[in-house]
Amino acid sequence: MTQENTMIKKLDGKVPTGPVQDRWKTHKFNMKLVNPANKRKYSVLVVGTGLAGASAAASLAELGYNVTTFCIQDSPRRAHSIAAQGGINAAKNYPNDGDSVYRLFYDTVKGGDYRARESNVYRLAEVSSSIIDQCVAQGVPFAREYGGTLSNRSFGGAQVSRTFYARGQTGQQLLLGAYSAMMKEVSKGKIKSYTRREMVELVTVEGKARGIVVRNIVTGEFESYSADAVILATGGYGNVYYLSTNAKASNASAAFRAYKKGAYFANPCYTQIHPTCIPVSGDHQSKLTLMSESLRNDGRVWVPKIKGDKRSPDQIPENERDYYLERIYPSFGNLVPRDVASRNAKLQCDAGFGVSATGMAVYLDFADAIQRKGEDKIRAEYGNLFEMYERITDQNPYKVPMMIYPAIHYTMGGLWVDYNLMSNVPGLFVLGEANFSDHGANRLGASALMQGLADGYFVIPYTIGNYFASEKFAKVETTQTEFATALTTSKNKYAQLLAINGTKTVDEYHRALGHIMWEKVGMGRNEAGLKKAISDIQALRADFWKNVKVSGLSVDVNTELEKAGRVADFLELGELMALDALERKESCGGHFREESQTPENEAMRDDANFCHVAAWEFQGVDAVPTRHIEELTFETVKLTQRSYK
Amino acid sequence: MSGSNHDTMSLNLKVWRQKNNKDKGSMVDYKLDGVSPDMSFLEMMDTLNTKLVKEQGDTIAFDHDCREGICGMCSMMINGQAHGPEAETTTCQLHMRKFKSGDTIVIEPWRAKAFPVLKDLMVDRSAFDQIIAAGGFVNVNTGNPQDANAILIGQENAELAMDAAACIGCGACVASCKNASAMLFVSAKISQLALLPQGEVESEARTRDMVAKMDELGFGNCTNEAECEAQCPKGIKIENIARMNREWVKGAFAARK
Repeated sequence: MTQENTMIKKLDGKVPTGPVQDRWKTHKFNMKLVNPANKRKYSVLVVGTGLAGASAAASLAELGYNVTTFCIQDSPRRAHSIAAQGGINAAKNYPNDGDSVYRLFYDTVKGGDYRARESNVYRLAEVSSSIIDQCVAQGVPFAREYGGTLSNRSFGGAQVSRTFYARGQTGQQLLLGAYSAMMKEVSKGKIKSYTRREMVELVTVEGKARGIVVRNIVTGEFESYSADAVILATGGYGNVYYLSTNAKASNASAAFRAYKKGAYFANPCYTQIHPTCIPVSGDHQSKLTLMSESLRNDGRVWVPKIKGDKRSPDQIPENERDYYLERIYPSFGNLVPRDVASRNAKLQCDAGFGVSATGMAVYLDFADAIQRKGEDKIRAEYGNLFEMYERITDQNPYKVPMMIYPAIHYTMGGLWVDYNLMSNVPGLFVLGEANFSDHGANRLGASALMQGLADGYFVIPYTIGNYFASEKFAKVETTQTEFATALTTSKNKYAQLLAINGTKTVDEYHRALGHIMWEKVGMGRNEAGLKKAISDIQALRADFWKNVKVSGLSVDVNTELEKAGRVADFLELGELMALDALERKESCGGHFREESQTPENEAMRDDANFCHVAAWEFQGVDAVPTRHIEELTFETVKLTQRSYK
Repeated sequence: MSGSNHDTMSLNLKVWRQKNNKDKGSMVDYKLDGVSPDMSFLEMMDTLNTKLVKEQGDTIAFDHDCREGICGMCSMMINGQAHGPEAETTTCQLHMRKFKSGDTIVIEPWRAKAFPVLKDLMVDRSAFDQIIAAGGFVNVNTGNPQDANAILIGQENAELAMDAAACIGCGACVASCKNASAMLFVSAKISQLALLPQGEVESEARTRDMVAKMDELGFGNCTNEAECEAQCPKGIKIENIARMNREWVKGAFAARK
């Protein structure tokens, strides 16, 4: 699959120069402004209303821009940001335990295994405190101490307590805050909100992103919208794996169709496998449920020391248990970063120490914490998580250790953006999980919420103004040929899916794809497996377009047709992920190439050859895409082998 | 891959089918075998839909998304109860082990004038967004607010505000109320913001505007049956309705317009 490198571009991330701590301040000053009276002349389409989309929509509307939002659910309040449990990081240093903007920056660069831009990460750490201030001002009910000040807790990958939380439902409360800010602007007429719409095409006019085509999920009709800029805040692509912690409607189609219109897709192989999920129970399983990583603050991870030990956990004495994370990583113990915790769980299970009927689980035990703190305290901190676990598994975690196993949770890769969060397609901005920017090859816990809100509240309001003030905009109407063509392409694609009328359901293809991805593009990857994955996916995709069965009609609600459109994209994206993983012949963060590991089975980077972002350019469905490169330089944090021992 | 229980169940399902908003709709009977007790209720519905696809039928439309009980998208009246028989549990978190083989299960959409049916079990709940847009927010723009710790909030009020803020906006309160009242939903938002100093400033106007919008959209009034509280999957308390009424009365007496 390698190619001649004649067309490869070195991408410019438009990163400001100077000391890292001054770059955002300097850049903010240097950017052009749009006069307050002129802002109402510009319009923006925001696709997706999770943390990034809702916060961007609200902030831009407050400034005076005309904003139109689109979401796939029946209300903007339901985006999957809502499911984030544990918390949001900020360098407030309220607990006086040594935190600072620099430390959050340092932890994030190191946690991402030196594959993110220093400048972006510093900016993220810098605005983190303002996010907390903003959310509190909106009425987000964060946890409080008796004296009325805000509470903090610690989280994986950090040695300070910098995580703010609202019980086990921080994402919900932050999203409802952003949603309420958005609805405030809806009431003022500055935002028009469309629900139950799915973006199916990006429309470019004279090389600039100027509109979208959406499918109305209720009527089945296609609709066109034009504007001066388009923001994609459509989340990640974890559902390529079929089983993941993502919501059922989470999909890659908006981002992927932008990729097919020329936007580069960066680092698609960087996927995060979350260590603490409820194990798979059977073939009927439709999704996996995450148990917040905050559980690792008090839970101890262990497996029996004897292979295939079938005794119930209470029958296994202390000296016959292997608390492997505490043993291997004495300084971080159960709080090692997610990729390290996940990989170690897999190593234990692959070696035959796994528990449960499937052997694909490890224990997360709260017995010591309950003894130390009392059941009431544990209930207050994790009550809703324990209840959820019991509802799903029918087991009481206050009495029996939880069983957990890793699952696909987050994708660090995404559309390539520069420092201004604009893709290589002018006027197409990408925020939140949908872009690739801040987490490198591995995201730290409680950093996704931080990034989504940083992008939406504190970055895009500045950078979009600079774009508007720097360009000229001819009037664009949805009656133009560019829109008509996009509309016809979309209609034809969905008509084709309905016409195939084969024998296998959409879900059967999706499960088959997920199986290939989990086995060969999952926690451990190697050259032979990745090559096999690519050919298997190509065969599966060819079969899909011959044999898929999509029932129902093109009008009214047709959930099978919606799913078919998304799975068609996953069948191309999965191949791109495998190709990216194949070409990145090093291990870093969540991308573990078995050929590249230290003698202690830790991920081994190859900085000489791979200290760069890989950004892929579409060349046709069955053609090999072009791999462009953005070099990463580390001027502030020294490149070292990550160690959590 | 094996579950904790290998005995599968057979069920008789009676499901509301309605093509679109204009169709009259009716109950349709389905028989479903091979249901695992470890399946969630929605996974049971997935299994039925797979069967329907294979038989050339049109699948049953129902709302769902996170399947973790937090997004508020799933609904369904199951045997006459919003989200089914298990207390404080959304449909997506309800598991088939709560039913027995041979059971007949009646599955209907939310029924309320303000929630028109779009297809089968899927209803239009955009009225809730309109109520929030009428005042369910703090009027603060993105910018440079004071340091978060400059606003001290006693733990008791913080906890009460969080209890109210836990509402997922699913509409079970409306569906289970004989008056199709939205008072539990509206009062949860009003309470959350009234209990916090950030929101207290605008509480009277907020209450007046949200209640007026709720009435305008065709939701009924509260007659203290408390069925909403009994069926709320998040355990939102009707004391919030009492707090909303206090805020409304305060506003009514102090109103200048």
